[in-house]
Amino acid sequence: MKSLLFCLALVLSAPLFAGEAAPVGDDPAIEQRMVNLASDLRCLVCQNESLAGSHAELAEDLRREIREQMKAGKSDKEVIEYLTNRYGDFVLYKPPFKPVTYLLWLGPLIFLGAGVGAWYWVLRKRRATPPPAVDPDQLAAAAKLLDEKQ
Amino acid sequence: MKRWLPLILFLVLVGFFAKGLFLNPREVPSPLIGRAAPAFTLPLVGDPARTFSPADMKGRVWLLNVWAPWCVSCRQEHPVLMQIAASGRVPIVGLNWKDKDREAQALLAQRGSPYVAVPDDVSGKVGIDYGVTGTPETYVIDRQGIIRMKHIGPIGPEVWKDKFEPKLKELGA
Repeated sequence: MKSLLFCLALVLSAPLFAGEAAPVGDDPAIEQRMVNLASDLRCLVCQNESLAGSHAELAEDLRREIREQMKAGKSDKEVIEYLTNRYGDFVLYKPPFKPVTYLLWLGPLIFLGAGVGAWYWVLRKRRATPPPAVDPDQLAAAAKLLDEKQ
Repeated sequence: MKRWLPLILFLVLVGFFAKGLFLNPREVPSPLIGRAAPAFTLPLVGDPARTFSPADMKGRVWLLNVWAPWCVSCRQEHPVLMQIAASGRVPIVGLNWKDKDREAQALLAQRGSPYVAVPDDVSGKVGIDYGVTGTPETYVIDRQGIIRMKHIGPIGPEVWKDKFEPKLKELGA
């Protein structure tokens, strides 16, 4: 019973660690905006983490910078411009649609098109081939067998 | 031919993955290459009454080395920087990044300084303006104050010979 309770306590406490790393700012509205924006940005130190979730020191500095700029009345777009001017499109989890990223954005469509094309081609080829010729004697034998069954 | 198509496609995929596997994810291309080095004015380590600004280096090709006393790879590249400084090839400015424990002055006094100036960026804001993600990072800046190259990670003798020397020659330094 005691160990069961212990397990229960462990399970219940697990979500407590799942929170974002962002220290709480004084203005909840700004904080919410900052976390929303930073969730779509990449942390430059731990590259598989978002800027909102990272504990890296640089991520903290950048979150503070974002917070300050938002307090100063900058729009989300201006803040993102500030970051991409320094760190490039690499900070964006959603890269912009421009010539170097055409293949990235359109690649899946191209592959889908190629797949549909190949499918259509195979089907058409299959329809074009005449059904295999069957020996009339064999056909008669088969019909006889079927008749017998009835 | 038709029978080999899946194998050929598979090998093409393997080729792409192999290439991706050997790329360095730290080598983030900097948008600052070809743009003017961001301006700043910071006090010098050891002499806070004096300041440094990139404009002071106008007319010279120079290196901006972003380092920190707490950074281990910076210690690794320190002897290489000392050699470059001793050769007089190119002046190096050492941006002391986020040195919260104020250790830079003592460290440079103890190990020797390869720098012509050590601006003090305690808050790390200037580093962020340069797109620094981690120390050490080194920028090559030309006579007009334009950033021409960025190297992420410590400078070893090979990196210096293969990456920096050709760039410096191109810039006429």
